[in-house]
Amino acid sequence: MVKLTIDGMEVEVPKDTTILEAARTIGKHIPTLCHLKGVNNSGSCRVCVVESGPKLVASCSIVAENGMNIKTNTAKVREARKTVVKLILSDHKRECTTCIRGDNCELQSLSNELNIREVEYDGERLQLGTDDLSPSVSRDPEKCILCGRCINTCAKVQQVNAIGFIERGFDTTVAPPYGKSLDDVFCTNCGQCITACPVGALYEKENIKDVWKAINNPETYVVVQTAPAIRAALGEEFGMPVGTSVTGKMVAALRRLGFDKVFDTDFSADLTIMEEGTELINRLTSGENLPLMTSCCPGWIKYIEHFYPDMLDNLSTCKSPHEMEGALVKSYFAEKMDIKPEKIVTVSIMPCTAKKYEGNREELSNNGLQDIDYVLTTRELAGMIKEAGLDFKNLQDEEFDNPFGESTGAAVIFGVTGGVAEAALRTVFEILSGKELDNVDYTVVRGLEGIKEAAIELPNGITINSIIVHGLGNAKKAMELIKSGEKEYHFIEVMACPGGCVTGGGQPIVSSDYIMGNDIRLQRATAIYSEDEAKLLRKSHKNPYITKIYEEFLEQPNSEISHKYLHTHYIKRHKFWK
Amino acid sequence: MENVKKCCANQQTSKTLLKAKEELRDIKGKEGALIPALHKIQSVYGYLPEEALMLVSEELDIPITQIYGVASFYSFFSLEPKGQHIISVCLGTACYVKGAQNILERLSSELGIEEGSTTEDGKFTLQATRCIGACGLAPVIMIDEKVYGKLSSHDIPKILREYK
Repeated sequence: MVKLTIDGMEVEVPKDTTILEAARTIGKHIPTLCHLKGVNNSGSCRVCVVESGPKLVASCSIVAENGMNIKTNTAKVREARKTVVKLILSDHKRECTTCIRGDNCELQSLSNELNIREVEYDGERLQLGTDDLSPSVSRDPEKCILCGRCINTCAKVQQVNAIGFIERGFDTTVAPPYGKSLDDVFCTNCGQCITACPVGALYEKENIKDVWKAINNPETYVVVQTAPAIRAALGEEFGMPVGTSVTGKMVAALRRLGFDKVFDTDFSADLTIMEEGTELINRLTSGENLPLMTSCCPGWIKYIEHFYPDMLDNLSTCKSPHEMEGALVKSYFAEKMDIKPEKIVTVSIMPCTAKKYEGNREELSNNGLQDIDYVLTTRELAGMIKEAGLDFKNLQDEEFDNPFGESTGAAVIFGVTGGVAEAALRTVFEILSGKELDNVDYTVVRGLEGIKEAAIELPNGITINSIIVHGLGNAKKAMELIKSGEKEYHFIEVMACPGGCVTGGGQPIVSSDYIMGNDIRLQRATAIYSEDEAKLLRKSHKNPYITKIYEEFLEQPNSEISHKYLHTHYIKRHKFWK
Repeated sequence: MENVKKCCANQQTSKTLLKAKEELRDIKGKEGALIPALHKIQSVYGYLPEEALMLVSEELDIPITQIYGVASFYSFFSLEPKGQHIISVCLGTACYVKGAQNILERLSSELGIEEGSTTEDGKFTLQATRCIGACGLAPVIMIDEKVYGKLSSHDIPKILREYK
């Protein structure tokens, strides 16, 4: 333990605790900007300075030592913080009233907190224009404050390294190599950089206008579906606590926005289990292309296309659930409702920016029609609800529309790391044994450990060795593990974002201050698991609408018609460029 | 004809690439290898072409984004091809007060290029530089390794003729 004094109070903290953390234990709030717990600890912005003897030190990166006498609130400290923030503001495109982060900008909050009313440094401003070529992630370097939070998220957490500091001094920017567009490099579109950004320098390519236009067009029939993770986070945009489940209110809001049908992606998550579970059983029988790697996550798909193109055959050929549903809406549903498929506009609400890129993939189409026309993030949906003036918190709960509204607990857990594996195991186990599972909770695949290994014995005596991974940095380690050939693996679940889709790049942005004291991955996962437990049906193959769609349309899992609508292929991509 | 040309160009590229690969062999796997590697690459190519940065990334297992970050940070490294002869005009304080700006302007008009660029025939690159430590000779320029001092702008055409 280490003993020090902070603002005259004696504090005892474990070794290696930073001054910032030590101060928090006695309720002292030190402002930060470039600091992001577990990700960025560079101390470069100097907003968190405190007095330590005669010196000003960055409290986020200096470790508490015995006998330190720290002052967090002196005139010198306050002036230094103000100067730092003013200098940052002097080279920041201050169009705060129209900025996408207008209501949750950490720089703006800080400026208010420090009572900054004018910026007297009136110097040159870097003018570089925006990069909005990627269908997923846009960049505005003129708003960038060079804190490095995005860079370290991409480099340390995801280990993709799509962006870095380039050039020097005043010309420094955060960009892909050669200042290329994110669309022209190996960026996986995961959007974790967006949720790391304290300002509006990184944001999703918005499709709100496109969706309003479709809704307002009387000629089109607009169908919306929502991913499992949306319901666990949307409420945050309306001031509800992190981890509140808002399924019924979300459905009610979507109906009031004017969508003609409100479907649940959870239905096709159940369908994915039927298709992917069957694929797994077939591969286990034939011994080919093992391990089977999940294909629900478009960030992971693009990652493997760039970095492990020799492993493409290991990916499940299943389209991701919302793409399956889009394909069925424009075929099975269109026929049932007697609507021309070309009049249907399919919209997906996703916790994810990579889904926008996925939605544009040529191979995810049928008869010249894209399976999904527009993808909106959770944040964009919240934006539409606000624009429509709905009192979200007080909406009465409503139910999804059928035939794609019914789902099981196995589907909802797709939103959290380990969920796809658990859902698959529930079904594969029962199909192979012909017996009902006593306990459907495979807790061994749950939790936030970066790489989870689980050996699960099936009723036919086969043991499935599986790896469950979240975060692309961990995926890289898992791929090396598989390639080493030390052990035989059968099933790999990968979600590109740490924690899984609940903390995807399209989810509500939580401040770095909140993250310092809370694990939002756990909080949102709790909402997901409680939805699962509350469901009467918790195994995908027990969903009556799944049985029905196979009887009426798809025949059986992995049938020819299933392949036409529900399966896809992948593309070898360049290691460095597009 | 065009095909033949293309083929030869490719061959030449691959030869240079092989040489670059050879150069990297000894420093591969060593800590802090990136900057020495870029030095070696620049000595082979005269600058840092994209194919060489990709090679460094592959050989040293360093992300290309980090490599580009370093290459674009240090002014010693050039990401553009340089001319056969590099003319550096000292703009240090002593040279500056002795009229280095006139020298630079005269060079610029004689060569028909802006500071920081290369003549179309690939013969000369014109660049300004900080003090080169020859203040007693101010104003000075360097062409490759050779220093020319106590210059007036009238000397420039004669000096350039040495290299044509």
